[in-house]
Amino acid sequence: MTEQAIASPPHASHPGTRRPLVVMKSVSKVFSSGTVALSDMSLTVESGEFISLLGPSGCGKSTALRIIAGLGDTTTGSIDWPSSRINSRGLPEGDISFVFQEPTLMPWQTVFGNVHLPLKLRGVSKAAARADIMTALETVGLKDFADAYPRELSGGMKMRVSIARALVTRPKLLLMDEPFAALDEITRQKLNDDVLKLWRDTGITVIFVTHSVFESAYLSNRIVVMKARPGRVHADLPLVTSLERGELYRSSEEYRQACELVSKTLLDAMGGVEEH
Amino acid sequence: MSDVTAETAIPVPPRPWKYRDTALRILIPIGVVIGLLIIWQAIVTINEIPPYILPGPVLVAKALVRDWATLFPALLVTAQITFISLMLALAGGVGFAVFLVQSRWIETAFYPIAVILQVTPIVAISPLILIYAPSTQVALLICAFLVAFFPILSNMVQGLKSVDHNLLNLFDLYGASRWQTLLYLKLPASLPYFMTGLRIGGGLALIAAVVAEFAAGSAGAGSGLAFRLLEAQFRLNIPRLFAALLMLSVLGVLIFMLTSFIAWLSLHRWHESSLKREN
Repeated sequence: MTEQAIASPPHASHPGTRRPLVVMKSVSKVFSSGTVALSDMSLTVESGEFISLLGPSGCGKSTALRIIAGLGDTTTGSIDWPSSRINSRGLPEGDISFVFQEPTLMPWQTVFGNVHLPLKLRGVSKAAARADIMTALETVGLKDFADAYPRELSGGMKMRVSIARALVTRPKLLLMDEPFAALDEITRQKLNDDVLKLWRDTGITVIFVTHSVFESAYLSNRIVVMKARPGRVHADLPLVTSLERGELYRSSEEYRQACELVSKTLLDAMGGVEEH
Repeated sequence: MSDVTAETAIPVPPRPWKYRDTALRILIPIGVVIGLLIIWQAIVTINEIPPYILPGPVLVAKALVRDWATLFPALLVTAQITFISLMLALAGGVGFAVFLVQSRWIETAFYPIAVILQVTPIVAISPLILIYAPSTQVALLICAFLVAFFPILSNMVQGLKSVDHNLLNLFDLYGASRWQTLLYLKLPASLPYFMTGLRIGGGLALIAAVVAEFAAGSAGAGSGLAFRLLEAQFRLNIPRLFAALLMLSVLGVLIFMLTSFIAWLSLHRWHESSLKREN
């Protein structure tokens, strides 16, 4: 069963289905401290979308992402996976991957060992997983670094390993929690382009949490702007562009206008409240 | 300073310097020890200090050779107690630490007991242990075990609790079982902490073995170095006392080197503590 899940390309396994990939229904989350992190949030994610969750700190965008990933329960509301097989923990079987803000690699394992982890936890041996691991490493351009330890890599390279690890299970949905926030601008742009290419090539669905207007306008074809205290959806902006996202788009008038619109919406979401 | 400029200015590493550096690092301490021995011998000879008060190093060396047949088996006994108790402490400490971190309630219930065992001076409970243990050897083992156990336990508990939360989330996300999380994440992540515990525990096990033997005062064929040391004192055979002391020091150094080597072996490829800084 697990072998099958790895072997078949996820986006090809549901040809023609127009059912959404994941649906959040009036999800609320109250922490044990009493903080309302998320209030009545609903979101329908279609297969193949690149969604950015954008908002000021404390708007619950990371919390929403974690709830979708099954890390932490909802207080009220539910998460549905209309087009996936559900396992005993209420999560789609092997269909989601998560990239954290930090690379979150195991320092005692090589790059190969780190990328092997998701498969190892399913009981796939090193030998059986080798081809998949090398493919994932090739996708992020780290094929020659399989035997390196994380400490030997730069920040950007570590992030690539983290992405390779997320891709090795060939998930339908990739959740990214401010993955490039800690990187320098140049590395960040390069990785943004790489993620876009990945999205175009594989048809994977991406939910990308960010606090950067420019990043969200560059990457996504739908931006969900969120509002803080309590965290909730403020606006849901579709972003269809005539140009393919790339260098040309980055300097186009279309991109500038998109940024302006998103900026305005975000400012509106912050409601003139002084932010630190 | 010279090697700093050499590192940055000359692209090819100057090999002869490196060898000289290593050689000096070994020769200097040896030279200091030899110098101190010469001063010691000189003081004894010049002041004509009698050997039953302070023997010179030559006399100690002679005693070491002459009493080798008595001292060496005793060394083996002490070493055996130290190593067996250390092994037991490692197994017990790691096992108990894994048990403690399973739930907050388990930790609340059992950690104080471990602390009480630790803070109670071992010499004070050794008479009791001597009464209840089936033999002196077992009593010594228990004493040494109790002392070495705690640093390993507390370091392991700390290590198991210091695992990166994002990695724990990641394991959750991929549906890892409790057993997989322990085996693939928690144990490897606490390896640096374990190694600290091992080094402290190794040193303490030897100390505890000696102290326990002092308390036990056991005589006979199977007695360890600590008893031989006391015996030499009673008989005013001070050269032999020094010889026994020397053997204990060497044993301690060997344990330290061994545990440091194991730590280096298991950490040098990935952990910050084993890295050479080059900047």
